[in-house]
Amino acid sequence: MNEMRVLSPTGVLGSGFVESSFERALASRPHFIGCDAGSTDPGPSHLGSGQPAFPRVAVKRDLRLMLLGARGLGVPLLIGSAGTAGADFHLDWTFNIAQEIAREEKLSFRLALIHAEQSKEFLNQRLREGRIKPLDPAPAFDGAVIDRGEHFVGMMGAEPFLRALDAGADVVIAGRSSDTAIFAGLPMREGFPAGLAWHAAKILECGAAAVVKRKTPDCMMAFIRDDHFEVEAPDPDLRCTPQSIAAHSLYENADPYFLRESSGTLDLTASTYHAVDPRRVRVAGSQFDPADIYTVKLEGAEKVGYQSIVIGSVRDPFIVRQIDDWTARLHARIHARVKQIYGDALTHGQYHLTIRIYGKNGTMGALEPVKETAAHELCLIIEATAPTQEIASSIAGIVRHQALHLPIPEWSGLITALPPISIAGRSTASTSTTWSSPMTRTRCSRWSSMRSTAPASPPCRPFLAADKRRCNQMQIMCPTLKRALPEDFGLLLLRAIRPPNWRD
Amino acid sequence: MIRSKNAGPFELTFDIMFEDAATYERVKRSGAVSRDAVAARFGLPPERVKFFFCDNALAVKASIPRPVFQGDLTDSDGHGGQQYAPLMEIEVP
Repeated sequence: MNEMRVLSPTGVLGSGFVESSFERALASRPHFIGCDAGSTDPGPSHLGSGQPAFPRVAVKRDLRLMLLGARGLGVPLLIGSAGTAGADFHLDWTFNIAQEIAREEKLSFRLALIHAEQSKEFLNQRLREGRIKPLDPAPAFDGAVIDRGEHFVGMMGAEPFLRALDAGADVVIAGRSSDTAIFAGLPMREGFPAGLAWHAAKILECGAAAVVKRKTPDCMMAFIRDDHFEVEAPDPDLRCTPQSIAAHSLYENADPYFLRESSGTLDLTASTYHAVDPRRVRVAGSQFDPADIYTVKLEGAEKVGYQSIVIGSVRDPFIVRQIDDWTARLHARIHARVKQIYGDALTHGQYHLTIRIYGKNGTMGALEPVKETAAHELCLIIEATAPTQEIASSIAGIVRHQALHLPIPEWSGLITALPPISIAGRSTASTSTTWSSPMTRTRCSRWSSMRSTAPASPPCRPFLAADKRRCNQMQIMCPTLKRALPEDFGLLLLRAIRPPNWRD
Repeated sequence: MIRSKNAGPFELTFDIMFEDAATYERVKRSGAVSRDAVAARFGLPPERVKFFFCDNALAVKASIPRPVFQGDLTDSDGHGGQQYAPLMEIEVP
């Protein structure tokens, strides 16, 4: 093979892409299609709660087109970080959507699910062996962190994708994966240099994000060759320039030149970028430095508590002027009232109040350099976080009433200071109430890197044969093999998806 | 263009990107945009700031530890997308 063509339909499964761009990309006959479906960007609650960040209907629309496109060409479709956080729940959720599409479209293919969720027993064992260490600047990692965590995932590299394909998969849906790992494996397998494969992957994983002016989320193509690769967006209105492609390596990376992966480090210090034409860029010189020890990044989320929120606004210039004092007094009042009600049953450390002042420092918090607000009105969002939803809502009720009438020296008599515009969570009462499902708050537990058992061996083992039993009722074959792997990824299930009328 | 973003849940990264090489070179030569300047804007010791000039991207990049980890109780910007305003105040002579 002297050129490998790779299609990334969009930066995140569920964020969408333009169908005409996708059709154009398919016409250039990509050797495989890859798509990232997750990130830590939307916050740890997705890992903690199991909720995906994108609506099911949006993911289904995107996945349908990708499945039809990939199956139409007979090329692999690789999905990484399924369902936002890539834990088992998210994998099942995505699998379920794929099944539905297969049934509706009467598609027949073999699907591999690669699990990334890590059990607490396994993590404790690795911790005892001294094989888990926190990444800078993540906080310390110990047994207590594991105990408190809701879910943990290991971020896989390129190897499990290749193993799944070796095992016969047409479509791979993987749990938490390095975004780039989705795209880098197959080009390396074909013998293209690792530096080019990983660098092309880094650009592809964000879809059309690396173009000069992105209109909407859209497709990107890479053409990987022996000593360079080229990138081009299929939409003829989109342009890649040497600067836009070089600048993409800056995006959401702390270091623009060295990008750390499980199996090594992508080094962009010698990369060169040239315009092939006004829309296409040629990249060369990127290097990949293999790591001595294969490491797997762990991500976890722990539940912090349940929240209720009060939203209100102030317009009184006296209150605006003394808002910091006012909120400090509000804090003290609420704590006093909580103590009155709960006594020793709810100590100060068991609940938390966060008062956000929009119009002052609501966005930047402690980093805000402007200390005095010039605003004539302020919006306050007051969050009560507590061990149960009931307590959080009770505290929100206290907040609402205390904030409503908290006095200031300039006025005598009963004032109405912070009329709430909304109380979310399970609120007790308010003049204007919005209701939402109980909210949990999840904090990024710890990220750490974990050394895998054997540096030379890929962290996942394949399953070799597909079960040929027939399923009459549904399109799913039973998992052909299912066993815990001794390595760092929990399970690899290979399943065959077939339409209802399929016969062996 | 000036932007900010999480680089993972524990770091914030800032990109200052230029349209043309002349402007980029002028800013780079001026010394106004530096590790120390970024550190001062965010109240950090300079050694906590990662700082890069990226000539081929016509960009300056800086990364700092997040003052509050993503998703923690007092985190006010989950994506870290609105933390760059102080950099817009840097004056280039």
